[in-house]
Amino acid sequence: MALKHQPVVVKLCLLTAAMFGFGYALVPLYDVFCDLTGLNGKTSTMAATAEAAIPDKQREVLVEFIARPNNNMPWVFEPVVHKLRVHPGEIHRIDYLAHNVTGRAMTAQAVPSVSPGQAALYFNKMECFCFTQQHLTAGQQLLMPLQFYVDPALPEQFSTITLSYTLYEVDAATPVTAQTATGDNNE
Amino acid sequence: MSTVTTDPHAHAEHDHHHGPAKGLKRWLYTTNHKDIGTLYLLFALTMFFIGGAMAMVIRAELFQPGLQIVEPNFFNQMTTVHGLIMVFGAVMPAFTGLANWLIPMMIGAPDMALPRMNNWSFWILPFAFSILLLSLFMEGGGPSFGWTFYAPLSTTYSNDSTALFVFSVHIMGISSIMGAINVIVTIMNLRAPGMTYMKMPLFVWTWFITAYLLIAVMPVLAGAVTMVLTDKYFGTSFFDAAGGGDPVLFQHIFWFFGHPEVYIMILPAFGIISAIVPTFARKPLFGYASMVYATASIALLSFLVWAHHMFTTGMPVFAELFFMYCTMLIAVPTGVKVFNWVATMWRGAMTFEVPMMFALAFIVLFTIGGFSGLMLAITPADFQYHDTYFVVAHFHYVLVTGAIFSIMAAAYYWLPKWTGHMYDETLGQWHFWCSLISVNVLFFPMHFVGLAGMPRRIPDYALQFADFNALISIGGFAFGLSQLLFVWLVVKCIKGGEKATAEVWEGAEGLEWTIPSPAPYHSFTTPPEIK
Repeated sequence: MALKHQPVVVKLCLLTAAMFGFGYALVPLYDVFCDLTGLNGKTSTMAATAEAAIPDKQREVLVEFIARPNNNMPWVFEPVVHKLRVHPGEIHRIDYLAHNVTGRAMTAQAVPSVSPGQAALYFNKMECFCFTQQHLTAGQQLLMPLQFYVDPALPEQFSTITLSYTLYEVDAATPVTAQTATGDNNE
Repeated sequence: MSTVTTDPHAHAEHDHHHGPAKGLKRWLYTTNHKDIGTLYLLFALTMFFIGGAMAMVIRAELFQPGLQIVEPNFFNQMTTVHGLIMVFGAVMPAFTGLANWLIPMMIGAPDMALPRMNNWSFWILPFAFSILLLSLFMEGGGPSFGWTFYAPLSTTYSNDSTALFVFSVHIMGISSIMGAINVIVTIMNLRAPGMTYMKMPLFVWTWFITAYLLIAVMPVLAGAVTMVLTDKYFGTSFFDAAGGGDPVLFQHIFWFFGHPEVYIMILPAFGIISAIVPTFARKPLFGYASMVYATASIALLSFLVWAHHMFTTGMPVFAELFFMYCTMLIAVPTGVKVFNWVATMWRGAMTFEVPMMFALAFIVLFTIGGFSGLMLAITPADFQYHDTYFVVAHFHYVLVTGAIFSIMAAAYYWLPKWTGHMYDETLGQWHFWCSLISVNVLFFPMHFVGLAGMPRRIPDYALQFADFNALISIGGFAFGLSQLLFVWLVVKCIKGGEKATAEVWEGAEGLEWTIPSPAPYHSFTTPPEIK
């Protein structure tokens, strides 16, 4: 009797394990899906080129800059300007201040997010400190550049774009997130 | 359906088998499907009253506007744990209990295929719920983030009871998965000779499909709670934007589990109603095959509709329309079912004993719940209804007057088979009518306050909702008290009453009605022949 049950039980247990794995597989799947659609506001981790940028002087978009160190991150981290009115296609450069207030050298990674999410596909960064990790010695301060333009193809319904950075510590023990890893590869 | 030949001498032999052990050990060590079914059902009933008591706290607080009885934090714990207990502690174990009792008897099997695992899958449940309930007494209280435990409420903003919550959900999940594996193996391997898949009673069919749903989605829930745990305690960032994660991802994973879960809680109910309606209409079930296919289509569609819980999260319009149409599509197989039940009753010689009354109430009230579900499926309308009492009304119509009413119907229908005594019909009718009236006083006005904008999960509300809320609370207390009649009736029926015949109901068909009442401790030790 038990012999008859065994193959079914084994298959069902494998299915259970596979579905547990599928739950976790949804995490990278979701990332891929969001890369394609801009659903969750993650910007591209690759530097954009400026070729396509023909400024559209008729239109103005408000870009807001938010930056915060994450809860476990002691650095001071803020943009030098907090908002900017830009014409789509115009290239702008702003700086972010990072200050390692601790007494030890630390490495940090900034992770961007754009709101509303679908506008992320139209927010192009030509140069960004978020493409690399930042290494600051004890007490060191650094102005970190961000050069960007808003794609003139940005759909009409978006008049404000909020770019948010969260800075968190990277140490050897912490595995780097998938997104950071792709960012490094593109350097 | 199937015709049955049984050997009249087979039943006489049952006395020769060893009976159950005595005392507590009987229940602790039992591998008998009937004992385990009874344990599940009694456990579910206990949880129904514990979860119900929490609902009474909620309704007492909402009886009047303002904060009178409980602190908001405790109120949130009540809504959270009420939901968890009712879903995982009352409805799901009740269906598993029915599966344990009935599936072997319906397919002519001597027991469940994996009896030791069966014992295990029940006995870990009390531990799961003790952990969950005792977490309410921790400093800072128990889980208060809603039964859906959205991140970051359950990660960044929760207290340490979350670890206990996660652990207890893990145990509940393991229990459900073991139960589901057992059901599938039993149905695949232990059907009596001649019982082909398309001769199985619909209760068996619906449970077969439900078991697959359980195996498909409970591991995803386990993954979701594990991610919450590691986000909270081990520095991962699945749902924390700061580390590259996304809180909306939580909702996708949760509802990928959550939507099939609601069908897990209703498909066995369809099976029960499909057993009861033909008996009391004294006609075979109309459209047996279409019922099977409708159940399977509902199960498949349930994997394609999860994001209708998330219309307001900022999805692209295309996705919203896709999920809206898929959701509406589910109304088609569900409509087939309701049509078939009505067609079964058409020109039937109907009588209205308590199981039939609950089944009829199920058909009408579950359909109301289905209609409000269709309203919620309409994306633009959902922006108005989202997170209001309209949603609360909707899912209580499908879960209370749907799932719970079907469980009540099943209990009345098979109680004589389980206990060997007829239940008290007058008391049962009282229970039915009190429940029917009070449940509608309880949940129907919730539609109105919801449409008017009263948000769910809030311990206080604007003054214009006061009268309706007082009415709802009165309905709630009445419904809660009415259920005591059910306990009284069950106790009475176990202790004694008119002797039940083997067939119990005049029009009943199926193998379980061919064995004596009460069902002997071991039944179908030699499989019956089905022509």
